[in-house]
Amino acid sequence: MPVLHSAPKFASNEGVIEALSAALGSMLVSAKEEHGEVVFTVARDQIENALRLLRDEHEYQQLMEMAGVDYPSRAERFEVVYMLLSVTKNHRVMVKVSAAENTPVPTVTTVWPVAGWLEREVFDMYGVIFAGNPDLRRILTDYGFEGHPQRKDFPLTGYVELRYSEEDKRVVYEPVKLAQDFRSFDFMSPWEGADYVLPGDEKADTPPVEEPKTTEKKGVSGAGEPTNSEAAKKVSPPAPATKDSGKPEKDAPAHTDSRPHEEDEDGDDGKGDKS
Amino acid sequence: MSMQLEQSPTTEGDVVTNYTINFGPQHPAAHGVLRMVMELDGEVIERIDPHVGLLHRGTEKLIEYKTYLQALPYFDRLDYCSPLAMEHSYVLAIEKLLNLPVPPRAQYLRVLFAELTRICNHMLNLGSHVMDVGAMTPNLWLFEIREDCLNFFERASGARMHMAWYRPGGVHQDVPLKLLTDIADWLDTRLPRLFEDAMSLVVDNRIFKQRNVDIAVVSKEDALAWGFSGPMIRAAGIPWDLRKSQPYDVYDRMDFEIPVGTNSDCYDRFVVRVEEVRQSAKIMKQCLAEMPEGPIASSDRKVVPPMRGQMKSSMEALIHHFKLYTEGFHVPEGEVYVATESPKGEFGVYLVSDGSNRPYRCKIRPTAFSHLQAMDFMSKGHMLPDATAILGAIDVVFGECDR
Repeated sequence: MPVLHSAPKFASNEGVIEALSAALGSMLVSAKEEHGEVVFTVARDQIENALRLLRDEHEYQQLMEMAGVDYPSRAERFEVVYMLLSVTKNHRVMVKVSAAENTPVPTVTTVWPVAGWLEREVFDMYGVIFAGNPDLRRILTDYGFEGHPQRKDFPLTGYVELRYSEEDKRVVYEPVKLAQDFRSFDFMSPWEGADYVLPGDEKADTPPVEEPKTTEKKGVSGAGEPTNSEAAKKVSPPAPATKDSGKPEKDAPAHTDSRPHEEDEDGDDGKGDKS
Repeated sequence: MSMQLEQSPTTEGDVVTNYTINFGPQHPAAHGVLRMVMELDGEVIERIDPHVGLLHRGTEKLIEYKTYLQALPYFDRLDYCSPLAMEHSYVLAIEKLLNLPVPPRAQYLRVLFAELTRICNHMLNLGSHVMDVGAMTPNLWLFEIREDCLNFFERASGARMHMAWYRPGGVHQDVPLKLLTDIADWLDTRLPRLFEDAMSLVVDNRIFKQRNVDIAVVSKEDALAWGFSGPMIRAAGIPWDLRKSQPYDVYDRMDFEIPVGTNSDCYDRFVVRVEEVRQSAKIMKQCLAEMPEGPIASSDRKVVPPMRGQMKSSMEALIHHFKLYTEGFHVPEGEVYVATESPKGEFGVYLVSDGSNRPYRCKIRPTAFSHLQAMDFMSKGHMLPDATAILGAIDVVFGECDR
């Protein structure tokens, strides 16, 4: 695929996988190139040796970043990704290991001192243990925080909230109370692989019954005799009344001639008002 | 932890011990909420344990619950002194996963404003650095330039600080011609006058040099091993600049120099930044001279929303707009690590996509994290007041460090 984007262009990836795969030898689990990124997966217990080899023999002088990723469906749910940079070859590679909660990853602080805080962060966020890190404390979360917030099963809202208590004159921690539930919208198109049933859709695939119900005769359908076909004919609305009701319409214009019998009626009303 | 040091003749047999002080979390020279537990021998720093994370807001976690476009404004709030540089890495990461071309005018606009951001950021850092070591006036003068920059940002995007102006596929809106001519005038007149005035007070100042020269010297080997980047690694004498070595957008068409330090001390870091401001101005002038006319965002309607005018007349445009602002766009499965040269160093975004409309994982590589980690060995043996100079030369902002 031709490169159309304008993201940073570093040295060509050509031949890198072959060369480094050969160098990593038995430490390598898999290697791939996707989206212009070279990614090596190495055996967990060999990560320190692998990175030392890449630094010393292949000029990847800098460890720029370490990232944890959580894939809860996998047997070893965590991935730890090391981003290496070569300032002489002007090239980047990523090296990955997988880990579970109880399988420690060897520390690489012996190779790069910068790994100290980076490993602390992955430990803090995911709970991956780094064996040999001399200072594996939490780093970003609060003092006394419990849990590993970047795990996919950790709720976005967390479990505790804090506020300053005017009575106690100190900060107090309380279980998180939300005035409104966290709203997680599912924007997946229903016709593009959503895995839920839209309201009403459950009727669409009713399981087939063994004995389909049939109507053999007129009598078993449960319906009575048809009604008079004349009655079903459409009836037009009734014609407007032709007979005068005797009283004038409300906003009818005034009469041009006098009509004594109407005046009598008005006179009756007038009497009624007076009495 | 305290230990017995020596029997002092002046204390008549009393034991002098190391003592521990708290620097921060609320300290004007800490540039934010940094708590440093310092172990001092008299006034000499023995050990520093920086406690970061007091501004941790869970940005990375929040991003996992937002669509790609909704996550963009979080980047402004990382390094709030150089917001557009933060957005730059993120939009490039998305574009790399999508393999999305960006029209030339948008690339020029991005580079132009990235460099304006660099000037804006360095104004704050240089100013606060000189203020940390005792000078007042240059900071006030530099803030005037910073104010100009913020006004330009406002005229381009509508917001002074949190622009959210870079978008996957381009920029949000085109800029008026008057803004570009005003920036050109500003680069020719106001910026050099104010900036060189302020620098003439500082760069050769005897007190400033006494506070910075030979403070926190870092060797090339250490700079590489501790993951330094940006002005920190250039001050150590390594000519490493991602704009030059791994160019993105139209940086490969720009002609500029990379300033490099010789002594790798706080003074060099300062002077490298001073020169970077001049180079940034040079890049901006080239951008203004070469910027072509044309669209400011990709015409791929599955990623970039249509223009307002089209929406009034085209049903398809209306549908695209609706879909992009509710569901958002889907990014193909994969993972990329994209790093750009932010004013503070290498700012990287490791983006993992599972093919849905939300990032599966978005790891942000802050620049200050590795620099601050080196605070301990850089400060060892220096005096307590030097800690503020070292911190000022690191250029740390906690929105980004703590995320």
